[in-house]
Amino acid sequence: MAMTEQRNVGASIPRKEDPELLTGRGLYTDDITLPGTLHMILVRSPFAHATITSVDTSKAAAMPGVVAAYSGEDLAGEWAGPLPVAWPVTPDIKMAPMWPVARDKARYQGDVVAVVIAKTRAQAKDAAEAVDVSYEELPVVVDIDDALADGAPILHDDLGTNALYTWKLTNGDVDAAFANAPVIVKERYYIARLIPNAMEPRAALAQANAATGELTLWSATQIPHIVRTTMAAFVLGVPESKLRVIAPRVGGGFGSKIRVGPEEALALVLARKLGQPVRWVEDRSENYLATHHGRDVIQEIELAADENGKIKGYRVHLKASMGAYLLLVAPGVPLLGAFLYCGPYGGDAYHFECTGVYTNTTPTDAYRGAGRPEATYAIERAMDALARRVGTDPVEIRRRNFLPAFAEPTQSIGGLMIDSGDYGATLDLALELVGYDQVRKEQQARRDSGDPKQLGIGLSTYIEMCGLAPSRVLGSLAYAAGGWDAASITVLATGKVEVAVGTTPHGQGHETTFAQIVADDLGVPMDDVSIVFGDTQLVPRGMDTYGSRSLAVGGVAVHRACDKIVEKAKKIAAHELEVSEDDLDYANGTFSVRGAPDQARTVAALAFSAWTAHNLPDGLEPGLDALSIYDPGNFVFPYGAHACVVEVDTETGEVSIEKYVAVDDVGNVINPMIVDGQVAGGVVQGIAEALLEEAIYDENGTLLTGSMTNYGIPAASDIPAVTIGRLETPSTSNELGVKGVGETGTIASPPAVINAVVDALSVFGITEIDRPATPERVWRAIQQARESQPKGGQQ
Amino acid sequence: MIPAAFEYARAGSVDEAISLLGSNEDAKVIAGGHSLLPLMRLRFARPSLVVDIDRLADLEYVRDGGDHVEIGALTRMCDVAADPLLRAESPLMAYTAGLVGDPQVRHRGTLGGSVAHGDPASDPPTTLVALEASLVVRGPSGERVVAAGDFFKGIFETDLGAQDILTAIRVPKTGPAGWSYQKFHRRAIDWAIVGVAALVKRDNGNVASAAVALTNMGSKPLRASGVESALAGQPATAESAASAAEHAAEGTDPVSDTNASAEFRQHLAKVLTKRALEDALSK
Repeated sequence: MAMTEQRNVGASIPRKEDPELLTGRGLYTDDITLPGTLHMILVRSPFAHATITSVDTSKAAAMPGVVAAYSGEDLAGEWAGPLPVAWPVTPDIKMAPMWPVARDKARYQGDVVAVVIAKTRAQAKDAAEAVDVSYEELPVVVDIDDALADGAPILHDDLGTNALYTWKLTNGDVDAAFANAPVIVKERYYIARLIPNAMEPRAALAQANAATGELTLWSATQIPHIVRTTMAAFVLGVPESKLRVIAPRVGGGFGSKIRVGPEEALALVLARKLGQPVRWVEDRSENYLATHHGRDVIQEIELAADENGKIKGYRVHLKASMGAYLLLVAPGVPLLGAFLYCGPYGGDAYHFECTGVYTNTTPTDAYRGAGRPEATYAIERAMDALARRVGTDPVEIRRRNFLPAFAEPTQSIGGLMIDSGDYGATLDLALELVGYDQVRKEQQARRDSGDPKQLGIGLSTYIEMCGLAPSRVLGSLAYAAGGWDAASITVLATGKVEVAVGTTPHGQGHETTFAQIVADDLGVPMDDVSIVFGDTQLVPRGMDTYGSRSLAVGGVAVHRACDKIVEKAKKIAAHELEVSEDDLDYANGTFSVRGAPDQARTVAALAFSAWTAHNLPDGLEPGLDALSIYDPGNFVFPYGAHACVVEVDTETGEVSIEKYVAVDDVGNVINPMIVDGQVAGGVVQGIAEALLEEAIYDENGTLLTGSMTNYGIPAASDIPAVTIGRLETPSTSNELGVKGVGETGTIASPPAVINAVVDALSVFGITEIDRPATPERVWRAIQQARESQPKGGQQ
Repeated sequence: MIPAAFEYARAGSVDEAISLLGSNEDAKVIAGGHSLLPLMRLRFARPSLVVDIDRLADLEYVRDGGDHVEIGALTRMCDVAADPLLRAESPLMAYTAGLVGDPQVRHRGTLGGSVAHGDPASDPPTTLVALEASLVVRGPSGERVVAAGDFFKGIFETDLGAQDILTAIRVPKTGPAGWSYQKFHRRAIDWAIVGVAALVKRDNGNVASAAVALTNMGSKPLRASGVESALAGQPATAESAASAAEHAAEGTDPVSDTNASAEFRQHLAKVLTKRALEDALSK
């Protein structure tokens, strides 16, 4: 109802938080100092699978500055329960407890086996080396299929298996679709294990008040509210009101800070036990071992189609490594992709099933895109396979299968009610921006001349679901929490606006984006709007930030709270102007009497009236405040078309990206610059997945890629410029018409890159390359193709 | 990322550094810190004494030595890369220095530190071997000059004794010789998966002599002598280069690691040698 000119929404307003963040003045968890703080260092298992036969902390405890040292058994009495799993996807899921410090066995390299507390971090680090842990090594299983094989080493003995759940989804008559199909394409893709690298590693600082029993946790977390509820109720066994969680400035997350982890739990328990604040700061090497990893998924996808490549049925089987333990939402990660294996395409039947598997590796959980990059990779690679099979172009196969443009919610065969979409339009724009026909011509010229540097072009026409999530849907999927979010707005006596939001930014720019919405809705300057977040005491209601939900859920709550402010202010305005509310027009923060525009009141002036309460309508409460808790009725479904041109050096196997075009439709855009930043950042992460990043374990479960020197985090110089195009089709899921953009780039880009590499290599008859497409993999694929071709064959 | 405890002493002169090194058998020299500090922070290196020579300004220079250019061991990599005398008289050295790490590394890291570290994946040592540079070393018993080809002994092993300090690097002036360094890596900041340094002298359209050295193809920089002898006396053409490059993997013993298998490294050595020779012949 807030009818107003949009002066801020839609503009690339520089981020309000940047002066603080870019000049290094942001206060992060490690910057917060409390008197008497002790430092915690965790002793982690060097073995991937071993029985812990003894833990001797006596030598460590005697070292300079050491306050305490504990084994898992020493702390066994501290816990109300194991670390929580919030998404037990099936009733029969096989759960094994994860304790903050392992007691019986270490199950991955990095499992916590002891903890040391000292006066300085260096003292704690030295003492940690002196903890004497005896192990009996056990057989190790790293690979998903090996873990499922008969006779595999079992991680959790009581369960008797490493397979912990199988979850299924079926729409339509899948068997019939496949039985009658003249064309069936079957593909298998492995998505390498990835290691999140937020700029700020994780950190926790805990303080206990012995008198009141209150605990405060500062944490580099994406989810202070969820940490508060679950940690208090399940791990600490204290009333929620006794735990305050503060996420100060947080330097990136990408899912890796959606955790209720051993480190935070230990800091809290030991601060309480020792009566002094306890700090833990992850170092980068520890980040590689101990922060959860992502992906590590085997996917089999089958498409049933007619002779022209029009798809009738989808069949998908996925196996996902959970690592050594189940983390907070890990079992549900594949479910976030489960409905998307049909992409933006039509069909009559759909079946998906996934199995979660324990392996002796760092536990996995959500990583940017969570489930949706896997789905998009499978369907977008399979579309190219289908195009090859029926002898048509990747563009044409997509056009034949796109759902027609729609502006009203439309059912997909994957089971989703999609908000809005015009898939062909994004593809057309991407083809234009990338110069598709020209690239094809140059590609042909290089093929004809036998150039050692071959060109390839790859497409990815993706759709994703985000804006997590309608609470009822989450409930039906066995997720333990709701998907709503909250905003509480107070227009202060001076007309300044304080907005408390339940989402928790860690780089996304909420302070700017939300202020743009409020400034337009209430007609106040951007600078008059301050956004409060990330502290469960200041903002008691919230579901935090993940799954590209902050704008599509939290932003809508902000907008609705503004509506409530306007509604209340209108009552006061009508009272002061002595007219009926129906006689008032509202625009740009001012109520004016229809036909007598000089008779007017601003929201700011009315806030003062509401504060003095000298002359309010009878029965109206003082103050100009409003709370909105918004539970979305549907997800939002961003989509788009990405196109990538690569040059492959066929002598060295090196792949370089010549051009990258991202065309996304993320609904209405509040701040184009921030959206561009999200797109570019996501694409960079996806390109890195496709070409560089891969966690590698040896057969003993030792992580070989344990630092930035051998795990391929790209630098700016390794990444091409990204050409960004955008269409704006409003979402029908919310009144702002917004979708989400935090993950689109990471979801869309890997198949665009790999399709391009395969396209370049198709000159050798190559149709598949494993991820990441390293120079050696490309070279070997070429070698193999040459060897399998008859002498005198082409190239 | 906290090093084990260590003592620290800043040397006021090379002689003082030598005597400090003699006072402690676990002592290590530090200059720019870009090789030693990462190892210490990971606790892979645990020196009990760190002798800091970083501020010895008299070891930071580039000067004309007649038939060679002398580079003080503490000259920063960025200054080696940008030095006009080097760029004119020994361009392969300047170019190679510019390939090391990233701008921050090159502004702190020293040429001497890179050489003394003896990392077989490092680029400057290979170029020094190809150039047949001389290394000036001072120790308790005075100064000696070691040929680059004799200096590197193995992985992180050099001719330097416990109390020795590398003080200068002398690179020959290469005149009209063609040169190239080909570095293959996945990210700009990375060490070489394989690198090739080449210096080709021509005479009347033929190759008079070629020096080719390989990075990361063994435990130390290797001369590709098979390539050199195959190219010597041949016409200075791309065809000769390609044919000679086929010998590049001979006698190499590269590691297999997460970046590349030994087999792939041997393949790359041939491709990069071909490209290095072609590039050198074009200059």
